[in-house]
Amino acid sequence: MWRFLLPVMVFLAIAGFLYAGLDLNPQLIPSPLINKPAPDFDLPTVNDPARRISRKQLLGQEYLLNVWASWCVACREEHNVITAIAQSGEIPVYGLNYKDTRKNATRWLAQFGDPYVASAHDLDGRTGIDFGVYGAPETFLVDAAGNIRYKFIGVLTPEVIEDEIWPLVATLRSTPAAKAEKPAADKPRAEKPVVEEQDPAE
Amino acid sequence: MSSYRALPLLLALLASAAAWSIDPFQFDDPAHTERYKTLIEEFRCLQCQNQNLADSDAPLAVDLRREIADMIRSERSDDEIRGFLVQRYGDFILYRPPVQPTTWLLWFGPLMLLLVSSATVFTVVRRRSQLVEAPLTESKHEDTERFHGDQEL
Repeated sequence: MWRFLLPVMVFLAIAGFLYAGLDLNPQLIPSPLINKPAPDFDLPTVNDPARRISRKQLLGQEYLLNVWASWCVACREEHNVITAIAQSGEIPVYGLNYKDTRKNATRWLAQFGDPYVASAHDLDGRTGIDFGVYGAPETFLVDAAGNIRYKFIGVLTPEVIEDEIWPLVATLRSTPAAKAEKPAADKPRAEKPVVEEQDPAE
Repeated sequence: MSSYRALPLLLALLASAAAWSIDPFQFDDPAHTERYKTLIEEFRCLQCQNQNLADSDAPLAVDLRREIADMIRSERSDDEIRGFLVQRYGDFILYRPPVQPTTWLLWFGPLMLLLVSSATVFTVVRRRSQLVEAPLTESKHEDTERFHGDQEL
């Protein structure tokens, strides 16, 4: 009995693995940054080099960070979807302009419209590397405590937004524990010196 | 004596061979160059996944080579450089994935398959050889005797 069953079972196991492999996209590499603090960045904005945009500034709110570039053809395809999210007013969308010249980036925004609250200008791609970017477009969801909660690689679709992003944003907003995570850890250190300084003054 | 005279020429040829390889990342310390060359062989280019960083001309591969070169110049250890890349891109960037529960099947699966299949082959072969050596049954014994008897006549 086993002499016949065993080879069949081995065959089915291998066939099962191979069948599951058909649907996997080797281009989609899971990010090790999910549920970790977003990397620190402090970059000039695309529209105004005098203004800067940093991780610290964006703390306290959930936001989407969309990696785009004028040379990225798929970003053009994604542009309508990003614009729709921005117009919905549900969540602020920031851009990370990845390895692009300011001239080309501003022209792209002028031509297609600028859905971003602001876009950080990552000329040498170092911030992109910190975020583990390996191809635009990529989209990160960052929570109020500055942790990356979700990453989407490739062109965002309305389905992905409905099925994955909105439910996740709702969960983040309804669970204060997730928000408290990082500030709670920082508070004892941040508050103590403040209290000590205030006491003698009073 | 003449072979000694050829030596400088030979060295000059070797040096020019090194100068032919074009890489924008140059190091003052030859030890750094060696480390750089070894390291960029062991990381995968994420844009063109079947090439390593050394072979790839993708913009990201160039950027990552720059990062690695910078880290080598600032005397960061190989483990720190590996850590830097894994932290950002995950184990996928390593051509030699670490041995951990999720990669046990990858590392030890082929060995297990070899053990199981050789055990199967071993038992099958042994069973067959036992079958041949098995004592003859009564009727077969008679058959052989008759055969031998026939021959004697």
